Amino acid sequence: MYRYLLRRLLMMIPLLIGITLISFTVIHLAPGEPTDMQTQMNPQASSDLQAKLHKQYGLDKPLHEQYLLWLGRFVRLDFGESFAQDNRPVLGKITERLPVTILLNVLSLVVILTVALPLGVISAVRRNSFFDRATTVLVFVGFAMPSFWLALLMMDWLGVRLGVLPVSGLKSLGYEYMSLSEQLLDRIAHLVVPVFIAAIGGLAGFSRYMRSNMLDVIRQDYIMTARAKGLSERVVIYKHALRNALLPVITILGLSVPGLIGGSVIFETIFAIPGMGKLFYDGVMMRDYPLIMGVLVIGAVLTLVGNLLADVSYALADPRIRNSE
Amino acid sequence: MMRFWAMLLVLFIVTACTTNEQPSGMEDPVDKKPAFGDTFIEGSIGDASTLLPILASDSASSEINGLVYSGLVRYDGDLEIVGELAESWEISEDNLTITFHLRKGVKWHDGSPFTSADVLFTYQLYIDPETPTAYAESYLQVKKAEAPDDYTFRVTYDQPYAPALMSWAFSVLPKHLLEGKKITESELARHPVGTGPYRFVEWQSGEKIVLEANRDYFEGSPYIKRFVFRIIPDTSTQFLELQTGGLDFMTLSPLQYDRQTDTLAFKRLFNKYRYLAFGYTYLGYNLKRPMFQDRRVRQALTYAIDKQEIINGVLLGYGEAATGPYKPDAWVYNTEVPRYDYNPEKARQLLAEAGWSDTDNDGILDKNGAPFQFTIVTNQGNDLRSKAGEIIQRRFRQVGVDVQLRIIEWATFLKEFINPGNFDATILGWSGGPEPDQFEIWHSSKTGPRELNFIGYKNPEVDMLLEKGRRIFDQDERKLIYDRFQRILAEDQPYTFLFVGEALPAVASRFYGIEPTAAGIRYNFNQWYVPQGLQKFSR
Repeated sequence: MYRYLLRRLLMMIPLLIGITLISFTVIHLAPGEPTDMQTQMNPQASSDLQAKLHKQYGLDKPLHEQYLLWLGRFVRLDFGESFAQDNRPVLGKITERLPVTILLNVLSLVVILTVALPLGVISAVRRNSFFDRATTVLVFVGFAMPSFWLALLMMDWLGVRLGVLPVSGLKSLGYEYMSLSEQLLDRIAHLVVPVFIAAIGGLAGFSRYMRSNMLDVIRQDYIMTARAKGLSERVVIYKHALRNALLPVITILGLSVPGLIGGSVIFETIFAIPGMGKLFYDGVMMRDYPLIMGVLVIGAVLTLVGNLLADVSYALADPRIRNSE
Repeated sequence: MMRFWAMLLVLFIVTACTTNEQPSGMEDPVDKKPAFGDTFIEGSIGDASTLLPILASDSASSEINGLVYSGLVRYDGDLEIVGELAESWEISEDNLTITFHLRKGVKWHDGSPFTSADVLFTYQLYIDPETPTAYAESYLQVKKAEAPDDYTFRVTYDQPYAPALMSWAFSVLPKHLLEGKKITESELARHPVGTGPYRFVEWQSGEKIVLEANRDYFEGSPYIKRFVFRIIPDTSTQFLELQTGGLDFMTLSPLQYDRQTDTLAFKRLFNKYRYLAFGYTYLGYNLKRPMFQDRRVRQALTYAIDKQEIINGVLLGYGEAATGPYKPDAWVYNTEVPRYDYNPEKARQLLAEAGWSDTDNDGILDKNGAPFQFTIVTNQGNDLRSKAGEIIQRRFRQVGVDVQLRIIEWATFLKEFINPGNFDATILGWSGGPEPDQFEIWHSSKTGPRELNFIGYKNPEVDMLLEKGRRIFDQDERKLIYDRFQRILAEDQPYTFLFVGEALPAVASRFYGIEPTAAGIRYNFNQWYVPQGLQKFSR
């Protein structure tokens, strides 16, 4: 087991370098460059500003040298400074936006799991019942609905017409003057609609997935054996079938780890939430190379770690895999 | 259970109604005297990038910097230049030297005294080759800058330079906090220290920037105690926030202004304003393309466009037809230039004179066997431009000109199309200010790669006028020159000047003291106030 882990960890190093090399090449292939925003179409910009900025950012060096410089800083965990006019360290810009993004994603994942898993199980157990068909339609409507549109409708309804929830943002204006419990309530009030909107699109995937897993398991011989033993249907479904049907869900959860730091631009724009999606989008639009690389690398590391975690936890959960080595 | 939810719903509706009706109960307060206090919350689609004005080039940063820092001079409500940190100034007989007499007793927000050394330091920072600023050009024209004593600052130029005086509206930076450090690494980018009416409190990236009134401001403390700049990237969300009181100010879109704010509730809570914005949208022709080299063709294309139709269609009427690079209410605007009112007959006739006729009867004009076809390019993300393009496309088709429209992401648009001159025609806009100098955009020396005369317009008389215009200080004399300049542009039609849009702000009605002028409404923000009885925020 440990040797397996070590081998997997060592394998990640060349993989990561490969990913950075490809990312670096691709973002430099995109036309335009970071200095355009400031120097182009600006009647007041002096002609040598571009050259000055090139020198400041090290863009005057050949591309492979730029990559090696970047890689050299990266192995020391230095992501460099953003090319935006604020010149702040990339790591600082990312870490200040990570907590809210992770919070939202974790909350919506929790909501998705608590709703979708039971939905999937019940749909599978009562296959082709009215409940099964109704939830199928509902989760797919949720999946197909443009989230920005639904978000605006909810904001208008709950925020403007009923006035019960705040429209956007994360905190109210007088947040600093509130008591601790008021602050908590304020936070929750701001999160209700965003979490709902973020969750509604994800219900379909998980509940369908759970349903088909469950159906597969129910058809297995050991379920028939369990029933033949005279176990109650309840024990058969929730003890024997569910545990086996949950195994593949672990893999999916492992694969959603990188998704936890990714945000959606549209979603964050609508709710005025300063998250990773908007940061990355703005970075791409102004060709802020260090920032783009920073976000991509963190995403890549999390994907690799997520895959590893999924494999390891799968092995832990399933004795057949655990004992096969 | 159902009953409970239904009751809860009713309760919500009732409370919602009562909160909405509250302001009507105090509509006519006895006391409307200016009072100190309250908070002004403005919505912005973008976050500021840096609060060091010397490095900033986006509008969000400029807005905050404008409140935190002061310049030596500024524009007042009538767009006249008045003193700010400078009490007075003298311009020498030969127009080469400007001597500023600075205010005494002005203090930086951290309490240190402001002196001419700060002004000199800021100037030196601008011309320092190590400083990556977009605004060095005006200061590089200065031959000599000196600070003979603490309250005098004197600059000398090689030749008279008319935009010179206004260039000293630059934000003066604190020498004692910046000296000896690299400007790009300065702490002040996140924690500005200025001399302006508002001092910096906090900045939460992507969320908000908070400023507080500088009670010691040298022109007297502003009335509004707190200024909150909320970053809300989506304008629909901004509009919803405005309606719930989460914002006190936003710039409305023509659609919101015209169709969505006409309710009684909105009118009671907000005042709407409209004024012509600085800036115009144009259709520019690449003059290196043979088909556009004939002036009659460009005139014909302008005749073929119904500008009012575009204004009605894309701006819902909130704009005016542009006839040149200046907005119609500017002092420099020439009312006498040819206007090219919509006239497809005239367009066809001019095109025929230029040799374009439909010989093969396919509805498209041709000349020497080549059809009159071209592509208009514009950038993605600007709805006004793409919509205007579609309307123009249809009108051109009616006079027998076949036009394609391509919309391209900004960086690609510049790199692949504008910079290499690889386009036929483009819809773009220029924003400007009260200063009429247009040297960078129209002078024939500015046609190089990445320069702003990218359509390649070359007219020796325009060159001469532009060179002369920026050397003359007298406004009446300058007007003669720029009148002639506008007339030549109107005759040459290197652009079809399309329209000047209106700015359409909405401000919460509890704010008093707003006096719209040609400069807009924000120029006297320090004099805005909320009467005691109407104040919404007590802290």
